[in-house]
Amino acid sequence: MDKNRSFEIKVGLAEMLKGGVIMDVMNADQAKIAEDAGAVAVMALERIPALIRKEGGIARASDPQMIKDIQSTVSIPVMAKVRIGHFAEAQILEALEVDFIDESEVLTPADEHNHIWKHDYNVPFVCGCRNLGEALRRIGEGAALIRTKGEAGSGNIVEAVRHMRQVQSDMKKLTIMNQDELMAASKNMGAPFELVQQVANSGKLPVPNFAAGGIATPADASLMMQLGAETVFVGSGIFMSDDPSPRAKAIVDSVTYYKDSKKMVDVSMGLDSAMKGIDMSEIPEGERLQERGW
Amino acid sequence: MIGVLALQGDYSKHIEILQMLNFKTMEIRYPKELSLIEGLVIPGGESTTISDLMARSNFHSPIKTFAKKKPILGTCAGLIMMSKNLSDDRIKSLDILDISVDRNAYGRQIDSFIDQIEVSLNGKQNNVLAPFIRAPKINKVGKNVKILSYYKNEPVVVKQGHHLGLAFHPELVNTTLFHKYIFSEQFEISHAT
Repeated sequence: MDKNRSFEIKVGLAEMLKGGVIMDVMNADQAKIAEDAGAVAVMALERIPALIRKEGGIARASDPQMIKDIQSTVSIPVMAKVRIGHFAEAQILEALEVDFIDESEVLTPADEHNHIWKHDYNVPFVCGCRNLGEALRRIGEGAALIRTKGEAGSGNIVEAVRHMRQVQSDMKKLTIMNQDELMAASKNMGAPFELVQQVANSGKLPVPNFAAGGIATPADASLMMQLGAETVFVGSGIFMSDDPSPRAKAIVDSVTYYKDSKKMVDVSMGLDSAMKGIDMSEIPEGERLQERGW
Repeated sequence: MIGVLALQGDYSKHIEILQMLNFKTMEIRYPKELSLIEGLVIPGGESTTISDLMARSNFHSPIKTFAKKKPILGTCAGLIMMSKNLSDDRIKSLDILDISVDRNAYGRQIDSFIDQIEVSLNGKQNNVLAPFIRAPKINKVGKNVKILSYYKNEPVVVKQGHHLGLAFHPELVNTTLFHKYIFSEQFEISHAT
């Protein structure tokens, strides 16, 4: 398959995940709970972000055995994370045939200057962003799916909202620019010119645009969908709560019925406590996961 | 008006294809909305999720009733949902097409591919691009099912009565052929309604 065809197939899988919920899981049992609750995919990782935050240490790609156990337990796509720039971890995940690789700021970065050249892989990649420039740099490197970074493991939606609004507003600005302003825009946001032109013409990203980082309730999921997300990732929000299975189901419903406020009442009712969460002022600058990557 | 089941999946791509054909379209999230449409698309997506959401909203029986008189087009997960037999009890299918289906039969995402297929519609041969994404295989077809296309000896386009099932995703490559065939040519749904 030539390179363009291969990229189309990668984006194709991202299209199939739209209108769904991708859930972080740490073992096969959790993966089963996620699948039974209606998740469109699971993200296999050793420690969910809230635990990484609590326990500290270096966060690396997961044990292949754990990923294999999850692959043999569920029929939905299995994703897994690699450290930013750690292309050897990515090679291992590709050999494991994971369905999507997340080059993620949640793990400790392996390279402070370069992200992985993702066009070299047959497995699609998803990457986080805080603004349009960052999104287009990742797409330029071959990412087939973009998500907001938010602030993983915080249980606080404020950063995901900031990043989604920023991407949307950056895109709107491009659509009203004249042709002769686009080169300067490309320079200022540090994004490939061809992709800047494409967004200026279409008004949207050339790949699907999902939300992640701090989603803890059905209302959080609805908020992100209404702000333009096409699917949501829920990391710590499910398995750090007191009621993983009903909460997972409720968030799945909320992504389908996000515009129907009466239905949102039904799905939000009767859940136990959500994860506690952290105010952003309690996370010192320099310890924010979203600052990893460029 | 043509509806697209919008519980999960690439329903917005199908809406775009139907709009290219000048159909009025509607996203369907509640069984009662089926009474407003002349044809239905069940899109690609994750079949476990779609099946689950359909069960939670009691969609199965109203769609089966709808199918008696009106056409349904299913792609990939949609084909899985329309099948009679599945080798997977995670999914409760609709039994609209008399076929047996294996999910993810080509393998994982790394085995997904795009290739040309030949399909014969209304006596005309067409060459179309077909993206197969974690695609299902049809391993058995009943006697009332017509096979309109094969890919490497596997049936990939099947028709029974006024319903059409595809193992791949024409909507991802802007192919309008199948939507046009089932809704305009076979069923003559007017573009104005």
